[in-house]
Amino acid sequence: MTTLPTSTDRKLGLVIDLDTCVGCHACVISCKGWNTENYGAPLSDQDPYGAAPSGTFLNRVHSYEIQPTDAPAQLVHFPKSCLHCEDAPCVTVCPTGASYKRVEDGIVLVNEQDCIGCGLCAWACPYGAREMDTTEKVMKKCTLCVDRIYNENLPEEDREPACVRTCPAGARHFGDFSDPESNVSKLTAERGGMDLMPEMGTKPVNKYLPPRVKDRDRSEDVDILAPFLDPIATEPTGFLGWLDKTLTTLPGGKT
Amino acid sequence: MHPAPSVILFSTLSGLGFGLLAFLGLGMPSPTGFGAFVWFTLAYLLAVGGLIASTFHLGHPERALKAFKQWRSSWLSREGICAVVALLVMAVYGAALFFADTRIIPLGYIGAALSIGTVFTTAMIYTQIKTVPRWHNITTPLMFLTLCIAGGALLSGRVGLAIPLLILAALAQIAHWIVGDRALEKSGTTLATATGLGARGDVRAFEPPHTGTNYLLKEFVFVIGRKHAFKLRVIALTLMALFPVFALMFTITGGLPGMLIHLLAALAVVSHLLGVLAARWLFFAQAEHVVGLYYGKR
Repeated sequence: MTTLPTSTDRKLGLVIDLDTCVGCHACVISCKGWNTENYGAPLSDQDPYGAAPSGTFLNRVHSYEIQPTDAPAQLVHFPKSCLHCEDAPCVTVCPTGASYKRVEDGIVLVNEQDCIGCGLCAWACPYGAREMDTTEKVMKKCTLCVDRIYNENLPEEDREPACVRTCPAGARHFGDFSDPESNVSKLTAERGGMDLMPEMGTKPVNKYLPPRVKDRDRSEDVDILAPFLDPIATEPTGFLGWLDKTLTTLPGGKT
Repeated sequence: MHPAPSVILFSTLSGLGFGLLAFLGLGMPSPTGFGAFVWFTLAYLLAVGGLIASTFHLGHPERALKAFKQWRSSWLSREGICAVVALLVMAVYGAALFFADTRIIPLGYIGAALSIGTVFTTAMIYTQIKTVPRWHNITTPLMFLTLCIAGGALLSGRVGLAIPLLILAALAQIAHWIVGDRALEKSGTTLATATGLGARGDVRAFEPPHTGTNYLLKEFVFVIGRKHAFKLRVIALTLMALFPVFALMFTITGGLPGMLIHLLAALAVVSHLLGVLAARWLFFAQAEHVVGLYYGKR
């Protein structure tokens, strides 16, 4: 059914801490590792060891540079996967009902047996969260590791998405946003968790925590009393002054 | 956006085919017997040929029938249903003309409305896509509909109607270009809103996720040919409207031999078809998807 549910019982999703992410890409690898051999069709690679490798990934880490007007540039690593939007445009455009949002937990999934591979859902997604698999010709996307989080065959500590489980920096958090007391709701409230492209009206469930404002070395800054201090010598004196004068008189010394 | 040849062929050919079906449904012309067979074959070749071409871009065309299910939310589903119903209604109408020399007038009107409706649903597939600001405005359905109706008038030989309709279609196409060129900027979506980091300073894409390319870049960040866009627009407009209008005006000045009139009319149709193909190629090639922003591209 490609009409969206009016509300979901739970709102499972991720909080991604841009302050903590070190850009190691471990989440990219563990995501591909888990999802290529579990839910649905495998995630194929094309020319993996050749000159022009490419492949299907459900999670990719970008890096951005921020240049503030009055501080040094800052590098931000930026993992990006499906945001499991409340108003998911990818779901409503699907002609077959293969794309759907689950009423019980809000996870957006693709039923690959019904996917005709038209690609329209990937067109509708502003975040690039859906990728058509070149080999399988069906749409692949983040399942929030639906086959891990409810999997009673796994030890309890493994019942979270592979990307969250593997993150060595603890930059990824998994939980239920419908519960105001959950870890993800608290983190979002404390740290000002934000939406990506809010103007698109997709109401993403996943939130991003902005990087904290950095301290910086202010020892080189000009003091406000500087104008009242003695001017600092710009001409060399003593031995260096003699050397400067002598070398200037030699041929080729004047420039 | 990647200009897939199958989708360009589909929207051009079936647009023209459904335009012709609409005029046949309105009784302009209203052929009977063998004449009806020729007209309807031409219209069905274009409309159905386009629909078949459109299935070539599907990953799993064998599951295409499933696409008729989600008409409540999906414009693509509505398009499929509308196209099939339009073709069925017009088949009955055409069969009555061919076999019984009978024109079932209300059925023709219904078929004409469904034919135009099909092109409207096609246009809405693109118009609904908010992530491509160039498409997400009223000029997209206006351009698709005026081109379909003008093409139908041209192909069905309604010279008096075709001249003003072609001019109208050309104006709609120009409006789509003018509005589209400023659409991404006006949408307010930038790398700053995409990352949410804009308040900190200027954001620049520093390193992409992978050294290689991927599906997203191939599908959504197609930049080949954009530098020739202006020349292609002039060529498209000339072939699509300018030449056909002049050719049609020649045919009605009188004094020309019948053969020449038919030749000019045929040239006008071919020229129009090529012009629309060029414009449709640009429709995709120039369209910027906001996901490109994440890659520092557009």
